[in-house]
Amino acid sequence: MNVVKTALSTVAVAAAMFAGTAQAQDDMRIALVVKALGIGFFEAAAKGAEEAAAEIGGVEVIYTGPTDTTAEGQIEVINALIAQRVDAIAISANDTDALVPALKKAMDRGITVISWDSGVAEGGRQMHLNPSSNPLIGNMIIKLAADHMPDGGDVAVLSATATATNQNIWIEEMNKVLPNYPGINVVATVYGDDLSDKSYREATGLMQTYPDLKAIIAPTSVGIVAAAQAVVDAGKVGEVNVTGLGLPSEMAGAIESGASQSFAIWNPIDLGYAATYISHQLASGAAEAAPGSEISMGRIGSVTLDETNSGAMADPFVYDSSNIDEFKSIF
Amino acid sequence: MIAQFVKSREALLLAAIALLLALIASRFPSFVSPGNLVAVFNDTSTLILLALGQMVVILTRCIDLSVAANLALTGMVVAMLNTVAPGVPIVAILLIALTLGAVMGAINGLLVWKLEIPPIVVTLGTMTIYRGIIFLISGGEWINAHEMSDAFKQFPRAVVLGLPMLSWCAIFAVAAFVVLVNRTALGRAFFAVGGNPRAAVYTGIDVGRTQFFAFTLSGTLAGLTGYLWVSRFAVAYVDIAGGFELTVVAACVIGGISIAGGVGSVAGAVLGALFLGVINNALPVVNISPFWQLAISGAAIIVAVALNAQSSRTKGRVILKTAEQTA
Repeated sequence: MNVVKTALSTVAVAAAMFAGTAQAQDDMRIALVVKALGIGFFEAAAKGAEEAAAEIGGVEVIYTGPTDTTAEGQIEVINALIAQRVDAIAISANDTDALVPALKKAMDRGITVISWDSGVAEGGRQMHLNPSSNPLIGNMIIKLAADHMPDGGDVAVLSATATATNQNIWIEEMNKVLPNYPGINVVATVYGDDLSDKSYREATGLMQTYPDLKAIIAPTSVGIVAAAQAVVDAGKVGEVNVTGLGLPSEMAGAIESGASQSFAIWNPIDLGYAATYISHQLASGAAEAAPGSEISMGRIGSVTLDETNSGAMADPFVYDSSNIDEFKSIF
Repeated sequence: MIAQFVKSREALLLAAIALLLALIASRFPSFVSPGNLVAVFNDTSTLILLALGQMVVILTRCIDLSVAANLALTGMVVAMLNTVAPGVPIVAILLIALTLGAVMGAINGLLVWKLEIPPIVVTLGTMTIYRGIIFLISGGEWINAHEMSDAFKQFPRAVVLGLPMLSWCAIFAVAAFVVLVNRTALGRAFFAVGGNPRAAVYTGIDVGRTQFFAFTLSGTLAGLTGYLWVSRFAVAYVDIAGGFELTVVAACVIGGISIAGGVGSVAGAVLGALFLGVINNALPVVNISPFWQLAISGAAIIVAVALNAQSSRTKGRVILKTAEQTA
């Protein structure tokens, strides 16, 4: 706490000293604050931010963050940014609540503050950009399976634990949109408990119980990798398609072996792009962050804010053999 | 002899497994096809390997909770080694895995032997330490299938005489343990130390040293399993085999190895592991709710412990009889 106080007061002094000097830059300066520097996912987001800046023009992106994923480190970074009098801060937070006082101070100084990827409590930001939403994810996982099943058929779900909140919501959302995919039958939902061995066994069991199974949907990163391996070992590559949510670095082998045709997860480049675009919209006054308002995200479309001032960017991004090599080294 | 066998825990387990298979076959006939039974045995091989190591530890009145963490750390080390030096032959990787596992087991053993810390505390500590080390060396990153060499991933799957190498590893280990436990002085020392440590000392057996060897054996097998596990599932990360140490202990308990030490057999440990293996592989295909799966595994453990408790009433006599026979 003392460290924070010292840091805050230091910055207050610094801010006071700089208050008189006229701002030299004409460019709008948007700070993209990440959980920690050196993480592939965020480096990719920074790439997207640069893309947005080039597209908008007259925008300078400051890509920054602490060296390790701590809230304290991010508070220091925020204070430094306040001192530099940036126009906007777009942050992926290490802590929902701890950053609120520092970010409030930034907003008091007229800085636009949004959170993206990992959110900040409502009081500490003007809006939050989620990578996706539960209905979009639910729809995407069944769509991924259906896309490779022109004649329809049986699919099964391999989830994490039976009590995992995220997975249960996604599966529920998936079942809601199931009527939109005629001919697709969800025959079972099994639980691999996010353990490699159990997920592998459950996937093997699914292939035995349902010999006509066409796809296994695993909305969990451990499950999807284990299921892909089980399909390879059962010699069912080409018959059973493993899909769901996974990371490109973890799924590259499964795409290569053909056990998985495609899978989805957020696209960090789009996320950085959208965060920067929204920051510019808000900071320039072109849009306002209020419940129900619609804010443009350039090439991605627009986001509509809900009552907590948060919105979902887009469908999860689909990865397949055409783009896996580009992304497997990123995250 | 035959009458004694029929009453033994091994026979009971064998009957239980047969009954289980018959029940499963009534709902899902293809489960008992020879091909699938081989697959079930193959899947259970890792559990058998670890249960063998755990058995000798439990025989000496100790417990090794660090086996899964040892497995995960060894697995991570060999996986990382494979990514930086894909050319290292599998024999060398196996040796490294065995050695590393043995060293980690020996650390447990030394702490129990030289510092006389209760084994449950020692291995609870090293369990956390080993998991922590995995995070430190990997930075929390996964080693994924496409980063491992084909030879590395192929070894446990390579079929020799109709069985995958993973199964052969388990079979070799079982054979070695049968000889070790029944035919060597060290094997008898395990029983002596667990059955009656005081008496063991009077016969010239160093209790701590025997426990040290038990831990080292357990660690060695955990190391071997670490490589097999990581190459089989083609992924290594901090949490692999999380909680597996309890499954291993459960396999031993179901196999009739007394937690109080001194009672148990290789056959018991193997059958206990197979019992759990059959349940684990059958439950997904017979369509039972995941909550029932947990309840069924738990019930099996309770029944086994109840049987152990009953047999322990006549424990002293049983041990003497067994000791006479092996002598």
